[in-house]
Amino acid sequence: MSVVRVPPVLRSEAGGKREVEASGATVRELLEDLARRIPALGSRVYGDGEIQSFVNVYVDGEDVRTRNGLDTPVRDTSTVILLPAMAGGC
Amino acid sequence: MTTYRELLQRTKGEISELDAKTAKETPEGIWVDVREADEWQEGHLPGAVHVPRGYLESRIEGVAADKTQPVIVYCAVGNRSAFAAKTLQELGYEHVHSLAGGFTDWKRNGLEIVLPRTLSPEKRTRYSRHLLIPEIGEEGQLKLLDSKILLIGAGGLGSPASLYLAAAGIGTIGIVDADIVDETNLQRQIAHSLDTLGTPKVDSAKRAIEALNPDVNVVTYRERLTSENIDRILDDGWDLIVDGADNFPTRYLVNDASVWRNIPVVHGSIYRFEGQVTVFKPHEGPCYRCLFPEPPPPELAPSCAEGGVLGVLPGIVGTLQTNEAIKLAAQIGEPLVGRLLLLDALATEFTEVKIERRADCPVCGDHPTITEYIDYVEFCAK
Repeated sequence: MSVVRVPPVLRSEAGGKREVEASGATVRELLEDLARRIPALGSRVYGDGEIQSFVNVYVDGEDVRTRNGLDTPVRDTSTVILLPAMAGGC
Repeated sequence: MTTYRELLQRTKGEISELDAKTAKETPEGIWVDVREADEWQEGHLPGAVHVPRGYLESRIEGVAADKTQPVIVYCAVGNRSAFAAKTLQELGYEHVHSLAGGFTDWKRNGLEIVLPRTLSPEKRTRYSRHLLIPEIGEEGQLKLLDSKILLIGAGGLGSPASLYLAAAGIGTIGIVDADIVDETNLQRQIAHSLDTLGTPKVDSAKRAIEALNPDVNVVTYRERLTSENIDRILDDGWDLIVDGADNFPTRYLVNDASVWRNIPVVHGSIYRFEGQVTVFKPHEGPCYRCLFPEPPPPELAPSCAEGGVLGVLPGIVGTLQTNEAIKLAAQIGEPLVGRLLLLDALATEFTEVKIERRADCPVCGDHPTITEYIDYVEFCAK
């Protein structure tokens, strides 16, 4: 199981959790597993076979868009960060 | 036994000497001043580098790596430089000359000299803790004093940034903010106080800066940054932007303008317990649109007024931004270019992720499709 970090704006979709678990050998498999386990969270970040355009997904510190996208490999020990932009400077 | 006179005479016979007028015509090459620091402070040749003779062997390769380029060495009258020239020949420099008559003859011939800038005794005291750091020193402090930094927002992030930039001696600080100080701001916006409730934030911040460091020139813009006013504000010539805006349209607007004008942006954003910090250096690293091509839908982009923020969080993120700004202004260290620093204050955890420039970025990419201001409010409401 990999650790998935949930951004603050999506924590209500994850029952308030800061981190959840999901499994998969690639980002696609992992996000599909996440969508099965926590549909409210999964559908916010992944839909129609694509990562939602406003969310960045990092596997072990690297943006999957700069690697192999949904085919980027994920290990059991990987940390996956879901990251939308935050605007606040207030 | 050899006397000093004999040694000098023999050495001069083994090196090349040029008089001031001939040396001046030497088109290329590096000029090395081998005098002591106090002599250098009283004036030197334009473009010369200072390497006191005592450090010549250990430092010369740092300033003149190419041993085939001409090197012209000078001192006060041409004696120390003769010995220095001999040393450089022994180190393998192929075209070394000593300036005959040295700085004294140069000056006597009415040729141009440069008086180095130095800090006044008052500034030397105020910035003494910076001067003690080798990476900053007098040269770095002078760079800070010459810098012009624009703050977008005088709120949570802008408050600590304005105070620490002022304390560091940034010469000119610009502040853009249209808001008025209210009581809910005082939980975190430390540039403001009970005394300035109800006054414009730019005036309140200016007052706080001037109470801390009257040397700083503060330029205030009591307006909301828009496509209509951003060019006028940036035309005032800012070296660097510290972005502490509180909304997406302004973030994208600042990004596009900074890419087109080649101004680095120190980015910070916060929500509840979490923060993001990075530096967008146009064309050297990614821009904001490379990182976030699109803002989240409005329901996933609550402001601090809607979702709250831990009071100290903008203090941490704003001072991290200030650290980046000072490093960029002093041209030292490794700025957060291509790296996004994530802070979770609840877990006290810092995470760094890599961010890259996107070749297909609509603003800084190889074939830009956005080349003038767009309707940013509409873009962010999609």
